[in-house]
Amino acid sequence: MRKRSQRLWLIGAAAVLVTGAGALAVVGLQGAVAFFQSPSDIAAKGTASYHQSIRVGGLIEVGSQKHGDGGKLLTFTITDGKHTVPVVYEGIPPDMVKEGKGVVAEGKFDASGTLVASRVLAKHDENYMPKEAYDALKRASEEEGGDAAYVKEPTT
Amino acid sequence: MIAELGHLLAFFALAAAAGQSVLGLTSGGETVRRLAVASGMFSLLAMITLIICFVRLDFSVALVAENSHTLKPLIYRIAGAWGNHEGSMLLWCLVMAGYGAAAGLFMQEGKLRDRALGVQGLLTTASFAYLLFVSSPFTRLIDAPFDGGGMNPLLQDPAVALHPPMLYLGYVGMSFVFSLAASGLINGQIDREWAKRTRPWALFAWSSLTIGIALGAIWAYYELGWGGWWFWDPVENASFMPWLVGAALIHSLIVTEKRGGMSAWTVFLAVLAFVLALLGTFLVRSGVMTSVHAFATDPTRGIVLLVGLGLAGGAALALFAWRAPMLKPGPEFDPVSREGALVLNNLFLSVAAALVLVGTVTPMILQWLGDTGMISSEAASLSIGEPYFQLTLAPMVAILLLFMPLAQAATWRKAEVSPLMKWLAPAAVAAVVAALIAMAMGGWGLWLGFGVLVGVWVVFGVGFDVMRRVGPGGAGRFFRMPLTVWGMAIAHLGIGIFVIGATVETATRTERTFPLKPGEIAEMGGWTYEFLGVSSVDGPNYTALRADIKVTHGGSTEIIQPETRSFPLARTSTTEVAIRKTLTGDVYVALGDQVRDVPGSWRIRIAQHPLIDWVFGGAGLIAIGGFLSLAARIRARAPVTTPEEATASGESPAVPASTPA
Repeated sequence: MRKRSQRLWLIGAAAVLVTGAGALAVVGLQGAVAFFQSPSDIAAKGTASYHQSIRVGGLIEVGSQKHGDGGKLLTFTITDGKHTVPVVYEGIPPDMVKEGKGVVAEGKFDASGTLVASRVLAKHDENYMPKEAYDALKRASEEEGGDAAYVKEPTT
Repeated sequence: MIAELGHLLAFFALAAAAGQSVLGLTSGGETVRRLAVASGMFSLLAMITLIICFVRLDFSVALVAENSHTLKPLIYRIAGAWGNHEGSMLLWCLVMAGYGAAAGLFMQEGKLRDRALGVQGLLTTASFAYLLFVSSPFTRLIDAPFDGGGMNPLLQDPAVALHPPMLYLGYVGMSFVFSLAASGLINGQIDREWAKRTRPWALFAWSSLTIGIALGAIWAYYELGWGGWWFWDPVENASFMPWLVGAALIHSLIVTEKRGGMSAWTVFLAVLAFVLALLGTFLVRSGVMTSVHAFATDPTRGIVLLVGLGLAGGAALALFAWRAPMLKPGPEFDPVSREGALVLNNLFLSVAAALVLVGTVTPMILQWLGDTGMISSEAASLSIGEPYFQLTLAPMVAILLLFMPLAQAATWRKAEVSPLMKWLAPAAVAAVVAALIAMAMGGWGLWLGFGVLVGVWVVFGVGFDVMRRVGPGGAGRFFRMPLTVWGMAIAHLGIGIFVIGATVETATRTERTFPLKPGEIAEMGGWTYEFLGVSSVDGPNYTALRADIKVTHGGSTEIIQPETRSFPLARTSTTEVAIRKTLTGDVYVALGDQVRDVPGSWRIRIAQHPLIDWVFGGAGLIAIGGFLSLAARIRARAPVTTPEEATASGESPAVPASTPA
């Protein structure tokens, strides 16, 4: 095989592969990402306008944690100090998911406007607050009628 | 006193490394070698002094006060020395200097070693400077507390105690591969001899990285209590990218060593692997992202790391751009040949690494754009998780692996496919049958069938290739196969087993939560679980709630005891799952909290993870294969043959004994 055709073959294979991978990446980035929303964003737009999976961040409202369906389900509400989002999760969340602590829940809304979470995230540290939760609280407190008392600097 | 001694030793190590870099880059010889060994020894002693501080609970040392505690068991006092930012940076320095010392002890002398030690000395000096001036582990407190702050309880675990050292042997090990590449470029000599002497280091670093990543996955599986072993967390991706590029590198080094080809590409990969390792460190340590791995971070460190990343990467790429045009292209080859197959392997692995990079940094870049106000904050905060990586990586990996059995059987320069097909046809049949069986049992998921198809094809393909190499000679010839063939076969087998395990586990794992009162029974997947109750147990530095659960399956009964531990000091609790191993997978039980409003009822999570051991076992085999190839390198220090001789001596499938991997 001659040098030139060897190089052509190589470049051809690489071009096909890179194009294919690029197309995959574009499709993946369009369909498979979850956008982050704060409870206030959701209140402004209405839960019916979300069709994809989203991430909601904030604090777990004190007194909101309950067990549903005889204990199979965990329900709680996420608050940013202004608005709240009800969440239901089947299973046992990470250890640090507690009332009054920062949390991020990922999932889709059902018809009643409850976020059915497929994942609940919290960091395993007493003082840590997920950045997204912190941002949501901060944004809400800066608006009129917000409650700055909710905002605590994240100490990572 | 001992902390000051450690501080002093770290300065000695820095001085030795500085001398090593100056002499290594200008002259060379015996002094460089001695300095490299000295730097390694000083680093080791510094690490030992830090460990002594941790073991003796010297709370006047700030790091010990923050991270240790009188109640902590001895092994975690030792591991605590590197379970924090400063200590792990000392470990980083030690591994970096250690590679230099190992090269000083084991490498043949010559310009390649001298310049490589010079570059390695430069990197070591920079690392020690960072350690001593930005994040010293030996800082004293004026008022020593009576007791320490304790270690994150999640990290008090054997797998995660070993995870950082293994990961660093891999991650930081890429620094020496980088140094060898830089040395080759400086000397203008990237040839077969260079590849032959570089490959053992690349193999060692990459195999260690494999183990380090696997240990992290094992820890996530049983300690985080969520039952998953890979979350596409940015930190995991940060170690996965150098792994992919490292895998490409150890394959392209074969082409450079055996055929003298692909030298520019090989050097590029050597540089890239280290740059990605640095990028990973930057992502983890700078605080640009948050994850379970984020140590106490501050922006200064991030800037220092970013500057280091830019300098090392930029200098290497400039060196590459200057020297690469001088590199000679290798001999010609047909697309259908072992070279062609290895080129394909490299293309796929590099593209896979690029896809992981895109998925990892896109959210960070968007967030930064959002923070600067260039795009709306809503568009700026998104997360990229499993669906993206599954969609983009699965096709890449699948195509790569479909070619693998063909590739490892192909001959250099030009291969005949039709005789291989005869051997591989049974593997194809086995793969299709296995895929159909898996789909019938696991609910006709396409994903599942596809993964099993690819995995079984690889396993059988490797098996038939080994049989073909052994020929009709039988068992005696099997055991006399060259170590390189063993290494390749075992690593490739590990890939197949891993793919089968990973797809079956992710596609068919089942999880359910049961609220149970003492005496109540839950049933799941042919197993019954009788909840006997919860008792309170005291550990050395925690108190635990322990559930007793009677598990019955197929006539045999066993009591398992999942726990939740609460560490008063760290004000944290952890979930200790109970795992019952079976031949077909794990039964995995976690104790949750008490059901509110229903006294005496506890939430218990039961999961089944089929073939989970194939995931970790496959990863282990990959690493063992890598180490065997390394052993083969060390044993066979024969002079290099020219490509013509190699072909003349008949590297064809007909003469299996001389077929190199």
